[in-house]
Amino acid sequence: MKRQAYNMFDASTIPDDLSPIATKLTPMLPGDWRSMRPVVDRAKCVKCAVCWLYCPVQCVVERPAWFDFNLKTCKGCGICATECPQRAITMYEEAA
Amino acid sequence: MSAILKPKSKLIVCDGNEAAAWAVSLANVDMVAVYPITPQSSLVEYLAKFIADGRLGAELVDVEGEHSVLSVLQGACLAGARTYTASCGPGLAFMFEPYMRTPGLRLPLVMTIVTRDTLTPQSVWGGHQDAMSVREVGWIHMYCESVQEVLDTTIMAYKVAEHHDVMLPVNVNHDGNYLSFGAARCELPEQSDVSAFLGEKNVNWHVALDPQRPMAVDPLTGGAGGPGPSTFVRYRKGQCSGTQNALKVITEVHEQWGRCFGRYHAPLIESYRMDGAEYAIMTIGSMTGAAKDAVDEARERGDKVGLVKVKTYRPFPVQALAGALADVKAVGVVDRSVSFGWNCGPLFQDTIAAMYYTPRRIPAMSFIGGLAGADLTVGHFERVIRRTAELARDGQPAETVWLNEKD
Amino acid sequence: MYEIRIHGRGGQGAVLAGGILATALVLEGKFVVAVPSFGFERRGAPVASYLRFDEREIRQMTNIYHPDCVLCIDPTVPRAVNVFEGIKDGAVLVQTTAKPLGDFELPREVATVGLCDAVSIALDIFKRSITNTIMLGAFARTTGLVSLDSLRAAIQKSDFRDAGLKQNMAALERGYESTQVRQIVREAAA
Repeated sequence: MKRQAYNMFDASTIPDDLSPIATKLTPMLPGDWRSMRPVVDRAKCVKCAVCWLYCPVQCVVERPAWFDFNLKTCKGCGICATECPQRAITMYEEAA
Repeated sequence: MSAILKPKSKLIVCDGNEAAAWAVSLANVDMVAVYPITPQSSLVEYLAKFIADGRLGAELVDVEGEHSVLSVLQGACLAGARTYTASCGPGLAFMFEPYMRTPGLRLPLVMTIVTRDTLTPQSVWGGHQDAMSVREVGWIHMYCESVQEVLDTTIMAYKVAEHHDVMLPVNVNHDGNYLSFGAARCELPEQSDVSAFLGEKNVNWHVALDPQRPMAVDPLTGGAGGPGPSTFVRYRKGQCSGTQNALKVITEVHEQWGRCFGRYHAPLIESYRMDGAEYAIMTIGSMTGAAKDAVDEARERGDKVGLVKVKTYRPFPVQALAGALADVKAVGVVDRSVSFGWNCGPLFQDTIAAMYYTPRRIPAMSFIGGLAGADLTVGHFERVIRRTAELARDGQPAETVWLNEKD
Repeated sequence: MYEIRIHGRGGQGAVLAGGILATALVLEGKFVVAVPSFGFERRGAPVASYLRFDEREIRQMTNIYHPDCVLCIDPTVPRAVNVFEGIKDGAVLVQTTAKPLGDFELPREVATVGLCDAVSIALDIFKRSITNTIMLGAFARTTGLVSLDSLRAAIQKSDFRDAGLKQNMAALERGYESTQVRQIVREAAA
């Protein structure tokens, strides 16, 4: 998380067998099990942001002249490639 | 004795949930009311599929929650229907109000509990805590060891519930994940043989919502100074005698099943290698398989250990258990749930109460394991056997052991 | 008793693979118990399924800690999970991968390896990387413990219908054909 108003509660101040709580957050990154990855043709991208809008895991990041994908989060669903009005995105098999 | 003609059957591979669904289909129920909940969901999905395929001619009622599930089925039963549902965990909690009413009304419902640990800590894994939490409400409780036993017991449950000397609702319990999704080979009996076994249904001869037999069902009963309290006692005693009759009826039904289908399941308790056993371990549910393997290995080593499995948990088979344990020097009871007030397992609690009837005082200890989906392996039972052997030697009072604490 | 641990990711049909294999083995007269590791795993999280078979009845319904065979139907799971945990000496590995055998670091207990590029075959047949039935063919080819005929019959008995059934039957054949099996010979310590 980028910004947090209060720090996480310090769990060491209470017994660890009292009420079940958690204070360590671990992100589950869908990029781990991707079998296809999106590659954007920068010349075709017009920054219409349709891919950004549709991406179910919000992994689309803005660059100066095109949109790119955060591959840690991208799970390779291919919705961006299907929705792109410019046909700028192609899905390629992930080398495994 | 003449050879028993083995009835025709079909061999399939299925998990406990599917086996229960097949049993319900073979029992030709009239109505099924369902709400999905992990780990029961696939069971009700199979039922819906069997109904859609025309295999089961029951009415499927999709209700908005478990409270309605049992309410609908109580009404249906009062109107003469043979019924079924399944639930567990928070779903069981949500149906608690009608769940409490059913045994007092003496309605022969059959319900599967696909046991899981109740929240909290938040858990969808099994666990017997949900079924154990409702053990004193008055339903009959039977715990299954294998997929085949799930199928056979669910059919037998109807014969027990609808027996005139019983007329009580039955919970057939099988372990979440290990038995609900654990698959094994299973023999499916023929429909005609099952129908012959169950006979004619008659579920509302004694209480009914039937315009041709008008009666008031469950009027207000009680209040000092009138006939209320003694009336109440009369019905409570009747419920208790029905519950005690169930011990005999369950035994007879299991014997009849064995004669008709060639498969004998121990009806109340199963004594495994208890001949000459110096000490015993006790199990309930699917953990028994691994425990039997551990007992076999211990016997190979020369340890004189035996196993007693409890199948019928309510009514509790007090005399049968006291008889089985009479000659051992120690008992280690493995529970898959917790009796909070006693800091031990509930089966342990019932066992030491039953041992009031053994000729000598026998040291016993409680093991709690398999909570929240933890596996109870042959290794865990080796530990239970070793610790119980120690108890047999020193007879010292022993604290409850939590088996998966350091896994 | 033979113990197989099947590794995959949620949504790939690892649990269904266990069920089909169980049916095939029962058709050959074996006793089988197949237990899945369980949770409401979202698509993609590592899952395991445990299958034992024997000539006689199996009573324990438990997970498997010392497999004779590891069947891994996803190429990326070995990164996330130690698929070799507890394996017996002389174990068999059946793995989905596009990589050659030389690229793998295998523990010394592994004696036989069957490799199959199931993802490519799956993308070809199903247009999605559903590798389970392909890898059942790979398992049959690598171990010979179940016949292709029994697996064919088991798939016929499953819920697949029409196009899905044809695809899965084809997937089984191609998995069987394209699996490369190698015996690992290790130098004994002097």
